[in-house]
Amino acid sequence: MSDLAINTAMDAQREIIEEFDFFDDWTGRYQYLIDLGRKLPALADAEMTDTNKVDGCQSQVWIVVTGDAGKLDMRAASDSAIVSGLVALLLRVYSGHSAREILATDPSFINAIGLGKHLSPTRSNGLASMVKTIKAHAERALAQS
Amino acid sequence: MSAQSKTFPHPNPPPRAGEGDERAARQSPSLPPRAGEEPAPEALLIGGARRADGGGLERIEWMKIRQDFPILQRKVHGKPLVYLDSANTSQKPRQVIEAVDAFYREHNANVSRAVHQLGEEATALYEGARTRLAAFIGANHRDEIVLTSGTTMATNLVAYSYLLPRLKPGDAVLVTAMEHHADIVPWQLICKSTGAHLKVAPINEAGELIVDKFIEALTPEVKFAGVVHVSNVLGTVNPVKELARECRKRGIPLLVDGSQAAPHLPLDVKSIGCDFYCVTGHKMCGPTGTGALWARRELLEAMPPFFGGGEMIKTVSFEGTTFADSPRRFEAGTPNIAGFAGLVAAIDYLSGIGMANVAAREHELLEYATPRLQAIPGMRIFGSAPGKAAVVSFLVDGVHAHDLATLLDQEGVAVRSGHHCAHPLMQFYGVAATCRASLAFWNTEAEIDAFVDAIGRVRKLLA
Repeated sequence: MSDLAINTAMDAQREIIEEFDFFDDWTGRYQYLIDLGRKLPALADAEMTDTNKVDGCQSQVWIVVTGDAGKLDMRAASDSAIVSGLVALLLRVYSGHSAREILATDPSFINAIGLGKHLSPTRSNGLASMVKTIKAHAERALAQS
Repeated sequence: MSAQSKTFPHPNPPPRAGEGDERAARQSPSLPPRAGEEPAPEALLIGGARRADGGGLERIEWMKIRQDFPILQRKVHGKPLVYLDSANTSQKPRQVIEAVDAFYREHNANVSRAVHQLGEEATALYEGARTRLAAFIGANHRDEIVLTSGTTMATNLVAYSYLLPRLKPGDAVLVTAMEHHADIVPWQLICKSTGAHLKVAPINEAGELIVDKFIEALTPEVKFAGVVHVSNVLGTVNPVKELARECRKRGIPLLVDGSQAAPHLPLDVKSIGCDFYCVTGHKMCGPTGTGALWARRELLEAMPPFFGGGEMIKTVSFEGTTFADSPRRFEAGTPNIAGFAGLVAAIDYLSGIGMANVAAREHELLEYATPRLQAIPGMRIFGSAPGKAAVVSFLVDGVHAHDLATLLDQEGVAVRSGHHCAHPLMQFYGVAATCRASLAFWNTEAEIDAFVDAIGRVRKLLA
């Protein structure tokens, strides 16, 4: 089943860091982040349920996870433009990988691209909560495999 | 500034025991400070103008007042800080910072326990805060002031010590739709354990309490009412005098949450006529972890202690304990002494400027800000009550409150975004969150311009 051509989660993080390196001010970085969020494919209304909603964010974020421990696919949406961008980056890193790889991957790219403040656990847009949700899905998938 | 510090190395000389009341009398805004007292901020009035005649507002050099706040010199993300979050917590003038520093450097000891010199100085500072607070809010007597960690502790103290023993199943507590969670959740907890319920008096679209509805709601099952004096989200100043009169007619005790009033308005709890009044120090230029509950003496005396521990007792044995008189029986354990030393300085500072001057300046800034914000396309401002405090809650069409606040932060502008601890109010307006800019007397028109310009720039990113 494994596809040799697939990029690893680590590759995705490296790519993101390179892309953000291109910008030398915050305006560019945030503009790019917001644009990435806009490109997220929309979720169906039926998918924006409380079950899919990420706890611990003042903005609303939904993450829909499908697949099994071998490969988990994710889609997401948020009512906040910045959070949409942050979750779009997380999907690039985490979606399409095995549960084991997801659990082994920490989102170190966030600090590297100057968005580290969004990682703080008390931060209202709760990037930490999103990562926790993704990893919880991976753990569940592993337990069921 | 440093010259002043050198001339007056003790920004906050402790009063000698017994001197407290006399010192507090001097806090009255109509009285000039005595020679040898801390010079600022009276010294900053233009031409040394004083309110010696007791009348009128004098011109104050606000730009000099601003220099008292060291934090305003710093930059955020390389931009000058524009701090518009004073309703969340106020910044502190150097007089307050130095008083806290001086406490630990020169006076540190525990209160009320030691006969040694430092113990007496610490006690005098702590008790000085009680005296200052009493004068600042217009209490009849300093013994009506319970020192607390803030408003939340004050409302919880009233909830557990006053309300809990009195509520019965079927009773009700009346609040307004614009209450802060600190004035909702404690009553809810008590209602839950006693079988009572919460009633809510509605507000109108402008963010004003519908007073007739409040009065209508004062039915016989209502045994207690709580209202904010000034709304932290809308800035609305509630007609607390009228509400207190109506409550009193019906024998219903009224608690007024003055967290957002004490930093911005001249206060006189006697003339309000309420039964409980709460203030928090950190919103009025004082340190965090300081505040007070004011209550009519007969109410305090009828209240059992809530927290047990040291310093709130007369005698303790394993068979039983007799408690100290109010207010000390509510002050178990070692309090935030350094914080209260700082609060003394904060009250002196605000009194020196004069709360009427503070209110007038903040009104001026609000009048400057409002039309400029309204001119921004898609701007929606929540709360337009006449005479409102200098708080502007807003949303820009199509922009999430958190996104706006996050990007404004990149521009050096600090505003709060979120529900402002007032979920029911957000539900009333049908929004999840708002942004809130709250002004203080030391803010400037130039800062408001920078704020308005920054909104223009960041919304382009979000458009």
